Amino acid sequence: MDAILLQTLNGLDKGSAYALIALGLTLIFGTLGVVNFAHGALFMIGAFCAVTFSRLFSLSYETLDPTKKDFLGNPLKVKTPYLEGWFGPELGGTLIDWAVPLSIIFAIPVMIFIGFAMERGLIKHFYKRPHADQILVTFGLAIVLQEVVKYFFGANPIPTPAPMAFRGSADLGVLIGMDPNVVIYPVWRMVYFFFAAAIIGAVFSFLQFTTFGMVVRAGMADRETVGLLGINIDRRFTIMFGIAAAVAGLAGVMYTPINSPNYHMGMDFLVLSFVVVVVGGMGSLPGAVLAGFMLGILESFASMNAIKSLIPGIDQIIIYVIAIVILLTRPRGLMGRKGVMED
Amino acid sequence: MSNSNFTRRGVLKTGAIAGGSLAVPTIFTAGSASAFTNEPTGSSVTLGFNVPQTGPYAEEGADELRAYQLAVEHLNGEGDGGMLNTFSSKALKGNGILGKKVEYVTGDTQTKSDAARASAKSMIEKDGAIMITGGSSSGVAVAVQGLCQEAGVIFMAALTHSNDTTGKDKKANGFRHFFNAYMSGAALAPVLKNAYGAERRAYHLTADYTWGWTQQESVQAATEAMGWQTVNNVLTPLATTDFSSYIAPVLNSGADVLVLNHYGGNMVNSLTNAVQFGLRDKMVNGKQFEIVVPLYSELMAKGAGENIKGVYGSMNWNWQLGDEGTKAFVQSFGQKYGFPPSNAAQTSYAQTLLYADAVERAGSFNPCAVVEALEGFEFDGLGNGPTLYRAEDHQCFKDVLVMKGSDNPTSEYDTLEIVEVTPRAQVEYAPDHPMFAGGDLGTCNPGA
Amino acid sequence: MFGLEKKDTSLLVIVAILALFAPFILNPFPTESGLAQFNAGYPDLMQRFVIFGIFAIGFNILFGLTGYLSFGHAAFLGVGSYSVVWMYKLLDYNILPGLVLAVITAGIFALLIGFVSLRRSGIYFSILTLAFAQMSFNLAYSVLTPITNGETGLQVYNNDKQILMSAGDPTSPHLFGIVMNKSANLSIAGWDFTFNNGYYFCAVILLIVFYLSIRIFRSPFGMMLRAVKTNQTRMNYTGLNSRPYTLAAFVISGMYAGLAGGLMAAMDPLAGAERMQWTASGEVVLMTILGGVGTLLGPVLGAGFIKYFENIFSKINDNVLHGWFSFLPDGLENLLVGIIHPFVGKGWHLTLGLLFMLVVIFLPGGLMEGGQRIRERFGKKKGGGGGKDAEHHPKEAPHVAE
Repeated sequence: MDAILLQTLNGLDKGSAYALIALGLTLIFGTLGVVNFAHGALFMIGAFCAVTFSRLFSLSYETLDPTKKDFLGNPLKVKTPYLEGWFGPELGGTLIDWAVPLSIIFAIPVMIFIGFAMERGLIKHFYKRPHADQILVTFGLAIVLQEVVKYFFGANPIPTPAPMAFRGSADLGVLIGMDPNVVIYPVWRMVYFFFAAAIIGAVFSFLQFTTFGMVVRAGMADRETVGLLGINIDRRFTIMFGIAAAVAGLAGVMYTPINSPNYHMGMDFLVLSFVVVVVGGMGSLPGAVLAGFMLGILESFASMNAIKSLIPGIDQIIIYVIAIVILLTRPRGLMGRKGVMED
Repeated sequence: MSNSNFTRRGVLKTGAIAGGSLAVPTIFTAGSASAFTNEPTGSSVTLGFNVPQTGPYAEEGADELRAYQLAVEHLNGEGDGGMLNTFSSKALKGNGILGKKVEYVTGDTQTKSDAARASAKSMIEKDGAIMITGGSSSGVAVAVQGLCQEAGVIFMAALTHSNDTTGKDKKANGFRHFFNAYMSGAALAPVLKNAYGAERRAYHLTADYTWGWTQQESVQAATEAMGWQTVNNVLTPLATTDFSSYIAPVLNSGADVLVLNHYGGNMVNSLTNAVQFGLRDKMVNGKQFEIVVPLYSELMAKGAGENIKGVYGSMNWNWQLGDEGTKAFVQSFGQKYGFPPSNAAQTSYAQTLLYADAVERAGSFNPCAVVEALEGFEFDGLGNGPTLYRAEDHQCFKDVLVMKGSDNPTSEYDTLEIVEVTPRAQVEYAPDHPMFAGGDLGTCNPGA
Repeated sequence: MFGLEKKDTSLLVIVAILALFAPFILNPFPTESGLAQFNAGYPDLMQRFVIFGIFAIGFNILFGLTGYLSFGHAAFLGVGSYSVVWMYKLLDYNILPGLVLAVITAGIFALLIGFVSLRRSGIYFSILTLAFAQMSFNLAYSVLTPITNGETGLQVYNNDKQILMSAGDPTSPHLFGIVMNKSANLSIAGWDFTFNNGYYFCAVILLIVFYLSIRIFRSPFGMMLRAVKTNQTRMNYTGLNSRPYTLAAFVISGMYAGLAGGLMAAMDPLAGAERMQWTASGEVVLMTILGGVGTLLGPVLGAGFIKYFENIFSKINDNVLHGWFSFLPDGLENLLVGIIHPFVGKGWHLTLGLLFMLVVIFLPGGLMEGGQRIRERFGKKKGGGGGKDAEHHPKEAPHVAE
């Protein structure tokens, strides 16, 4: 019972990451019809926005401490962050501590800008090109983005901890009357789940309840007719691309305290996010979110010891088994629309 | 360059080959005058440094490469000479190897067996490398070692920790200076017993591939021998990035120690996740819950940040050691690059020197002569104390370091502190130990 | 000749000449010169060009003709390699039984995976093939280690059975005594050329499968596959069931991949699980697109392009750069080295990524289009062969997400 509860929590948490990435991808892939292999890179850049921001916050000046020696026997250089110098150790320290959540403010404009630039500068010219060309150009772009990040930040993972207040774990079991230490869950992961839910809700309501969203939805369904009505759908699609990039980026920012980001984290998520989008069904936003959570939860269950001892190695392949089963029983994934990317 | 790969049996077939329909007319064949593959004939000799330059281990590869370049400088008599001054063998004179200037080529293993072999092959076939060294994973080391055996060049393994490299997959042309999983287990167990007591229940999370398995097996055997119990061993897929679903059940399993048999990015993530779940703040069975990472590296420690505080692990070498060899190496590496070397760098540097020294002592680049010179070689002054290159399996035997994540690091370089230098006698094992059984060294292959 | 049109015959002849003289063509620089770094005429890389060429040709039969984009072809590559190494372990080092087995097992795998995956089309098909290949990779890396030797890769050990092995047999892969890793050398005035048995064996196979692929492209079967690509629905309305055709194409291309994988193990007796990873599947997709989808020669060029950068550019380090520019004043030398540094050595991925983008932006038909443009610029001097088969180049698929 407690094991199932724990794995459900894990599944919701993993699922929220999958769902967020897939949501952004499906906005571009399922609706604009662009096979965007650079989507994982957007997630990665989001994460490195957080890294950059925390580095900016902890920019330091060096003073020599003659009482201590460094590894070569010279006086040790002691670093003091400027923020602590300006605002005092108290406030400065708190600001540095909160760098990751604060970097959201920084990441949103950066990601939207990157999204715009990508769409205007590159993707726009590929709407009418075969998918093969889209794959090649976006894969090339993904490599370039990745290498640029590697050039500046190195290949090693960079620890980016959550604020003190959110580190450690909470005993959820006690809240529902179970024994202590039975259902323990990290606080930041719960934050991530609620954050993901909020973003998903925001994107849906944006598309559902605003005129802008209505036009975009119409454009997805029939771009030509909307264009004939005199509506500049191109501009709106650019904005959608920016939003998709921002969603991917925010998913990345908030993910950094869960796992230290490195330059190839985007590639790790790339294949998975395509599987999630397709299992959810092409062109369906709810499908992508649903598939994300479903795969997350089932993946967590598959890693339970009871199940692993029954079928060894099941956790290695569970995602793919589910993908195959779903695609064979439901031709267009969970909620896919007919005719989207079926040629 | 002539890489006609004659083996003892192959020679007999030469006639058949010449007659073979695919064989090129023999008039083209340059006389196979050399006695072994890539015999250096000019005034220089080429070494092949095959390290990961892309992918997750790129930083480790970069550090190995720095050490190789430093070693080449020292061999050629440039710089301050580093560990050449402290090395117990005085055969090397700083005039290259056997008077030939040392040159090198580099390649990218991508931490994939295929790419690593392709890169090594190009060094052998195109650049005429006489020795290949490098690597940052056991799969790659074993693959390249096999290739070097076939091609008839020497392979000096860098970072490879699996028992198989000098066990099941050992090869006559391959040598390993780095320590292995068995030694990690043997060195860690007594320290863990002192720190956490003999009544502990361990839960293993193990990377699901050969290195992970050998390490888990070694650590389990060593800890059980001193009284610990093993509650469970869960294999985690290599591609896992989020270990939450493997860590969540640990607390309810009755275990009070978590052993993470992971390396590189896997280790950084699994340790980060374990600390997130608050495992180390909990009391289980009336004892403080603890985490152990049997194999440490500086780069992993850096990636895991504060999470490593107080976590035990083992290492081949650390720059904080106080011996003369270490001091000389850290000094010359630090002067050149501005930060202390990693243990991957030290093993790379030592391997290059050991190879050069063996050639010098043998008086020949012939792989068989080098093998003979290295087998059973006793030396000191390369940072690890008195060391033996055992003839039976080409494994180095030396002291092993038990490390702990430092509670109060003064800089980004001393995040790990040395807890104990486990003496060599304690980590030795018989060549036919079951964990190393099944291999066959074969005979040295000089190629050509 | 061989039942080919004149134009195709000359294409085949040109490929044959290129393959025969590759050791010369790929080694344009004298061995001691600084530019020797760019020489690709050493056995391993030449073998790789040819083997990945075969892989890409096979992939193109499926993708170029039917438009079905498989993201799991690496699985067949891996299966082929494992088959060959297992034959080494059980019989002896003769590569023939292994290669035959490689083609057969890859064919069976392709039949099973294709039968299931082809029930869907478009992106759904791609994800199904990807899922099968990733399952194969993950299992081969871990649970199936007794069969695949996992992380380390399957290799031959001294204590393997090798029941056909007798005392005088070669101890490395050979074809009835012709040892694959043996070479003959030719040195002319500073140039060194290597003629490797394994390379020529692969080249002969390449010519055979290239010929087969031309035949397939020109056959009624090939026309049928193109009809599938152009408009499958319309084809179905005419009462034709397209499934057997696409399945046949899938199996054929799977067998090509198996053969390529088998050849990899025939040149180098090791089969690693990474060969089945999605990155390997993606690589052949990139090779085909880069070279020119649906063209005969394009995939081979694409394969050569990617393998060249992987193997040559990754080996250029700062030391080499300083060597090139040492004739310049120090400041200028360091400046140039600094500029080039990010693009070579450990930065070779960056160069490759940039080139992908440049090629696809400026040459929508891949490298073949580049070749055609060059030919157009210089007029039709050569006539016929060498370039791309313009008439048979299938029209680009229309934008489908409507």
